Amino acid sequence: MTDVGQKKLPLEDLHQAAGARFGAFAGWSMPLTYPPGVMKEHLHTREHAGLFDISHMKLIAVSGPGAATLLSKACPLDAEALSEGQSKYTFLLTETAGIIDDLIVTRLGPTRFMVVANAGNAEKDGAHLEALAAGLDCTVEPLERVFLAIQGPEAEAALTGAGIDTGLLTFMTGREPKPGWFMSRSGYTGEDGFEIGLAEADARALAAKLLADGRVMWIGLAARDSLRLEAGLCLHGQDISEDTDPVAAGLLWAIPKPLRTQGTFVGADALHKTIALGAAEKRVGLKPDGRQPVRAGAELTDETGQAVGRVTSGGFGPSAGHPVAIGYVAAPLAAPGTRVFAEVRGTKIPVDVHPLPFTPHRYRKG
Amino acid sequence: MPQIYYTEDHEWIRVEGDTATVGITDYAQEQLGDLVFVELPEVGRALKKGDTAVVVESVKAASDVYAPADGEILEANASLSSEPALVNSSATGDGWLWKMKLSDKSQLDGLMDLAAYEKHTG
Repeated sequence: MTDVGQKKLPLEDLHQAAGARFGAFAGWSMPLTYPPGVMKEHLHTREHAGLFDISHMKLIAVSGPGAATLLSKACPLDAEALSEGQSKYTFLLTETAGIIDDLIVTRLGPTRFMVVANAGNAEKDGAHLEALAAGLDCTVEPLERVFLAIQGPEAEAALTGAGIDTGLLTFMTGREPKPGWFMSRSGYTGEDGFEIGLAEADARALAAKLLADGRVMWIGLAARDSLRLEAGLCLHGQDISEDTDPVAAGLLWAIPKPLRTQGTFVGADALHKTIALGAAEKRVGLKPDGRQPVRAGAELTDETGQAVGRVTSGGFGPSAGHPVAIGYVAAPLAAPGTRVFAEVRGTKIPVDVHPLPFTPHRYRKG
Repeated sequence: MPQIYYTEDHEWIRVEGDTATVGITDYAQEQLGDLVFVELPEVGRALKKGDTAVVVESVKAASDVYAPADGEILEANASLSSEPALVNSSATGDGWLWKMKLSDKSQLDGLMDLAAYEKHTG
């Protein structure tokens, strides 16, 4: 059952046939869980390989002699310095260095880049890039693709088994293995894995081959969220937004060093000022004491009851075996081990600042 | 024979004398998915019909379970503290949530029986 007014995934019939339960996310009707349930799906991904339909996300091709200039203007990124095949996690920033969206940009050729944008922001991102492209010799082209992710320690073997050559891809590299295909070694789970954009007919054939492999099963959006939360990865709209900047969000690592003090990308002045002053609050991992999950929106206080922050994502970590959360606290309280309290239905739950990720990343860096 | 009632909020209520045992239905546990925490009420707590008696938390979300009638908590299912997934594996059995003493049994009049509930979720 899908709600009226929500976009449907091109492969929706496959998810229905697999027994998915659907729910709304960012304007899309998405498979939330399949019959095994979020817990089993989550653990299966960490142990074997999970197949995710992430076609709600948007692939945007940026091409032309001005492509690198455009991306270096829109993002705190030195696009010209990316080597062919190299992917980079970056952002679109507002003039005040707020995060419009977080993206992965991959250089596919001398004048060609692929941008992967979040579902809920894709239209806004496209328009933003278009506006900045004025006067530059390049095109911004949102692509119609099915987008699949295969994640987990057996992802590479499963792809090979399905006849897909993963080539020499290492973590955060990407290429176009066939016309109309885009494949990168990346993901949103903390595990090794691949993301593949391709035409619907090709996607149906690939999904069928992968699902015929006992190591692979469909994984819904619920487990995608618990996997990324354990991996400490931000969800735009919750953990980062136009109201947060990369400094507070702890994402400065994604900005090349020279651009932290100079550069003319959108938001540069505000970003440089924030870096110089330091962030008033910081994004941290949060481990609630006990078994009760602490969810997005919960206020954080210190032992005197004074407000010191908020939870932006929270739930249960099936691999961690305890509740996990991400949130913001006042900068002096950001050291791991600091105890704060989350207000949940009138009860104060002790919460310790915890290093991110909760479960170690297992990327294949080559 | 105890009488079993069902609510539109997908709770079941088994009544014996003026004692009611309350849980969520199999349909409800399926909708919620894997439970990771159940916030249980304190024994002796007085409830009004419609009060939140228990909060069940799945990986993704927290959901309230309401008191189907006025009364007082006699017992909470302590097994759920260590094993909240009992609600998933046995929603109408070992996964019961609480027992309460009913102040006014007539408040349950008009609730569904199994046949009506099955039609409701059908």
